[in-house]
Amino acid sequence: MTATRRAVIAGSVAVTLAAPRLARAAAGAVVVIGAGFGGATAARYLKRLDPAVDVTLVEREASIVTCPFSNAVLGGYETLQGITRSLGGLKAAGVKVVRGEASAIDLQARRVRLADGSRIAYDRLVVSPGIDLNFAGVAGYSEAAAAQMPHAWKAGAQTMLLRQQLEAMPDGGTFIVVPPANPFRCPPGPYERVSLVASYFKAKKPKSKILVLDAKDNFSKQGLFQAAWEAEFPGMIDWIAGKDGGKVESVDPAAMTVKCGFGSQKGDVVNIIPPQRAGAIAQSAALAGDNGWCPVDPMTFASTKATNVHVIGDASIAGAMPKSGSSANAQGKVAAGAILASLAGKPAPTPALNNICYSLVTPDYGISVTDVYQVTKDKGITTTPNAGGLSVRTPTDLGERKLEAAFARGWYRNISADSWG
Amino acid sequence: MRALAAFAATLLTAGVAAAQDGPSGQAMVQTCYVCHGPEGRSAEAVPALLRGQKEFVVRQMIEFKADRRPATIMNRIAKSYSDEQIAAIADYLAGLK
Ligand SMILES: Cc1cc2nc3c(=O)[nH]c(=O)nc-3n(C[C@H](O)[C@H](O)[C@H](O)COP(=O)(O)OP(=O)(O)OC[C@H]3O[C@@H](n4cnc5c(N)ncnc54)[C@H](O)[C@@H]3O)c2cc1C
Ligand code: HEC
Repeated sequence: MTATRRAVIAGSVAVTLAAPRLARAAAGAVVVIGAGFGGATAARYLKRLDPAVDVTLVEREASIVTCPFSNAVLGGYETLQGITRSLGGLKAAGVKVVRGEASAIDLQARRVRLADGSRIAYDRLVVSPGIDLNFAGVAGYSEAAAAQMPHAWKAGAQTMLLRQQLEAMPDGGTFIVVPPANPFRCPPGPYERVSLVASYFKAKKPKSKILVLDAKDNFSKQGLFQAAWEAEFPGMIDWIAGKDGGKVESVDPAAMTVKCGFGSQKGDVVNIIPPQRAGAIAQSAALAGDNGWCPVDPMTFASTKATNVHVIGDASIAGAMPKSGSSANAQGKVAAGAILASLAGKPAPTPALNNICYSLVTPDYGISVTDVYQVTKDKGITTTPNAGGLSVRTPTDLGERKLEAAFARGWYRNISADSWG
Repeated sequence: MRALAAFAATLLTAGVAAAQDGPSGQAMVQTCYVCHGPEGRSAEAVPALLRGQKEFVVRQMIEFKADRRPATIMNRIAKSYSDEQIAAIADYLAGLK
């Protein structure tokens, strides 16, 4: 059945919604918004764990360009095609994939409205829309300004634009990177980006400099990154903490300047990573709080703002879990388990949650941070004491850095298969 | 080494009764798949998880946990699990076809 036809049929189901719920299949109907790491995993695991459940996934894009390994594209070590995932595996798993924009959620009537006017009814809804960029959060920046100063924080055209700018930059040029304050998507992401661009500069434009103007005073895997920068790219990278004047006050895209605590800095290429919030659909359905993110029950990822709705991935507030593809995948499985239990009238299973963030410094130099989480109703999601954490500070004969670079690629391939099939 | 074998044997018998409060073996094993691939069938670099080999899995996890087997990351991960949870993980993996 084609996506359009499914949407039309779903629309007609919505019309008969007044009919008693008993008339529906016992297993129930689940709608998932977003086919990124979170939504795809939730949809696949719902079908895997109970093939009888009816799962419809709404996604605005025809295929998914992943942010993981998009920094490798910026370094010239990966192609956009190599990080594009098809939705064919989800269809093969029995998920009804509807291409379209979810424009509203009617929480009372339990249905999702699409931009084309069709509606899809649900018993349970999973919302995994990822992030929206808050362009206004940086004075002088805007969606239009991203054509001069790309964010490249959603992978695709923006990634290619930044790559082209880096390729066109003369040797001896300055690349300015402006990471946001916490919380944001992928805490180590800006620093992996700095590393892989430095790796490219070292090979092709060794006189170039990278200036990182940070809103923060410290960052994810900082010790590991800075030791690696010292060893691999001595003198190339200058990271300025917020307290030392790194916090950016405004940008001027026409002049290609960035104003921070110590005046105006001119870049040949400038990457602004603006502050973020849960995707628009979460805001319009009032699933987000004042801070822009969605509170959830840590045991089930059920929204605390609406019934029969689960919010997962970057959009959710998940205690100690960072906003990562790995977290979103783990949360998708927890939501799937909780939904199937609740449809069957059973208590939710105890959740198992973990996160793994690999970062590449060069194509042969990988580092990681990982945690397995403990979850309780009162304390929420916390890391397991005396476990998890960072790669060894000093590598041994095992050759940790090179091995972890290979495992990072293995992780990418395996999490892709686990999420999209 | 013999002490380790005896320890592993206790864990093996601890088996299913264990981990009643925590997540199920299945729920914990599903979190391994992001690195080891769906059902542990890794397609690249990371070793595949051997299914149907409970004793092997328990022993590796104990070795990782005690930093006796050199590893890039499994030592950090294994330390997150109690011995009972390791038994539940190995039990579930052993049942996978
Ligand atoms: C440069 C960079 C590097 C990264 N590297 C890593 C890494 O190495 N490891 C890692 O674990 N994480 C990494 N991340 C983080 C990771 O990309 C995100 O955390 C992850 O994508 C979150 O998954 P999600 O399901 O919440 O959102 P997404 O993956 O963004 O998926 C959301 C989907 O919903 C769709 N959507 C949104 N709204 C609607 C709507 N109204 N209707 C229809 N469809 C809609 C979107 O099109 C999108 O496909 C990186 C991020 C960046 C920016
Ligand atoms: C972050 C990615 C990651 C996660 C998550 C992960 N592993 Fe591993 N695993 C590895 C890597 C990498 C190795 C190779 C040893 C090393 O360098 O740590 C490995 C090795 C192993 C081995 C040894 C395999 C062999 O053939 O010798 C076992 C057993 C194992 N893991 C079990 C598990 C179990 C069980 C889980 C889930 C509870 C798990 N792993 C979660 C990455 C991971």
